[in-house]
Amino acid sequence: MLHELPATGPAIDFGRLVRDDRVHTSLYRDPSIFAVEMDRIFGNTWVWVAHTSELPEAGSFKTTFVGLEPVIVVRDRDGEIHVLLNRCRHRASSVCEPKRGKAGAFVCPYHAWSYNLDGTLRAVPRDGPYAADFNKADYPLISLRVEQYAGMIFATFKPDIETLAEFLGPARRWIDLFMKQGAGFDVKVAGEHTFRFRGNWKIQLENTTDSYHFPVVHKSFLTSLDDQTEAQFDILKQGGWVEDLGNGHSVMVMMPNLVDLEEDLDAPVPERFEALADELALHHAPADVKRIVRAVGGTGFNVNLFPNAACSMAFFRILRPISVEETEINHIALGMNGGPEAGNRARLRIHEYFQGPMGFGSPDDAEGWERVQRGAAAGDDLWIMLNRGRDGVAGGDVTDETGMRAAYRMWKRMMTA
Amino acid sequence: MTLQAAVEFIWREADLLDARDYEGWLRLWTESGRYIIPIDRETVDYAAALNIAYDDGPMREARVKRLHSGVAMSVASAARTVRTLSRFVPIREDAEAIEVRCAQHVVEQKRDHTRVVAADVTYRLVSVAAGLALDLKVVHLIDSDEAQRGIAYLL
Repeated sequence: MLHELPATGPAIDFGRLVRDDRVHTSLYRDPSIFAVEMDRIFGNTWVWVAHTSELPEAGSFKTTFVGLEPVIVVRDRDGEIHVLLNRCRHRASSVCEPKRGKAGAFVCPYHAWSYNLDGTLRAVPRDGPYAADFNKADYPLISLRVEQYAGMIFATFKPDIETLAEFLGPARRWIDLFMKQGAGFDVKVAGEHTFRFRGNWKIQLENTTDSYHFPVVHKSFLTSLDDQTEAQFDILKQGGWVEDLGNGHSVMVMMPNLVDLEEDLDAPVPERFEALADELALHHAPADVKRIVRAVGGTGFNVNLFPNAACSMAFFRILRPISVEETEINHIALGMNGGPEAGNRARLRIHEYFQGPMGFGSPDDAEGWERVQRGAAAGDDLWIMLNRGRDGVAGGDVTDETGMRAAYRMWKRMMTA
Repeated sequence: MTLQAAVEFIWREADLLDARDYEGWLRLWTESGRYIIPIDRETVDYAAALNIAYDDGPMREARVKRLHSGVAMSVASAARTVRTLSRFVPIREDAEAIEVRCAQHVVEQKRDHTRVVAADVTYRLVSVAAGLALDLKVVHLIDSDEAQRGIAYLL
């Protein structure tokens, strides 16, 4: 990786920029800090790249990024998933531009070097002029280390760091609970909203573990709902909490009654799902209808996975740093693979309702994050305060900034390692 | 039903939207009308796909209620818009309805940024007692499957 500090200027003491209850404003603003983050964080840990349902068969691929580096995530003929730097080993051209699709090989458009799905160099046209010791085995697409958990695919540049399972640690239990919204079917990616905001990536990282903003920023969403659903989203009064899960991960439980979707199946169907329940009842037994309806509504918690992913209530939230003050967000809608069409349609409509560039929630979030970045231009000596609630004390509040402190502790650990 | 009548209707709609007269806009619609902004420019089964917007009547009402709520921070600082529609092509027409495809350029300005939001738009207008009514509007953004910015007005 080539993300290095500028050749001039003093080295930054990253340890001094993160205290127990606050972080320095320069973490949102300083391009040289951003450059080091791309190296020491995104170049140095497990980064979420895809869900297995996005690569259903041999040759299925998607293009994405690990930090700033473009990669191809592809399933080879044996079913194995590879994450390959999207750069020809000859003169650097990208070898794949579509966002997703199916390929038999990756052929560089510049001089037609061609690569197999596992990244090995298959053929070089007119190879006569190369020296006798030119060996195709020396020029594969660069392959990252890949591991999966619960269908989520992560990649890392580091061959020697801990396994993904170790990295996720206690977050795995919450990921397992999250995946119960498949209602017995596998969870599948059903579409995605992509949007950008003019702000630092950590503003978004914080937001997924910030319930304090919800009744303020999302008031217009809340008042657009029926009374029963509005009460459900009154998330500050339901006895929720935030938990540090280690390695920068955290969970924020907003609706404790929606932690395990296989419990409380005897509860009555909420009013807003009555029409769906009636439609499902045409083809499903009553017990299955309840299970599917409960799953369609999604879970009541957000699992924040450092540095770029979240399992957020009913969708994946994936962030991509673009520059120190530009971030791209994917809100990935989920459905039941092979599940009832009516249920999957309902999930799409719920996702559209809040998410996306014209949803009833995301534009207000985006405006809020841009206002943070604009405000952070003031006050060179000021700090971002993360001092709600105390760590290691039982019975905290759902608005505690515990998850943010957990993420910044990991940030500090990685940036000063 | 003439193309000229359809074009005049579409321009009136554009004027309402630039003026943020969303209540007036709601009155243009048939009860069963659909307002759709897809992500996938190729799909025709919008209901089975994730869209930017997929609005029936109640959803349009809710959307306008939010835009008028006074408590949405994105709406409070929504971009100003000036839109132009042109390149009108009739796709289908009979005594009761006309379908028109056209180009839309929305220039939006917010704080220190000005940008163009371009789209192909398909309209289906139907004859009603009062003249014409909007029965379908599908806005195919030129970059619908690329990253968007927050949009706190109507396309």
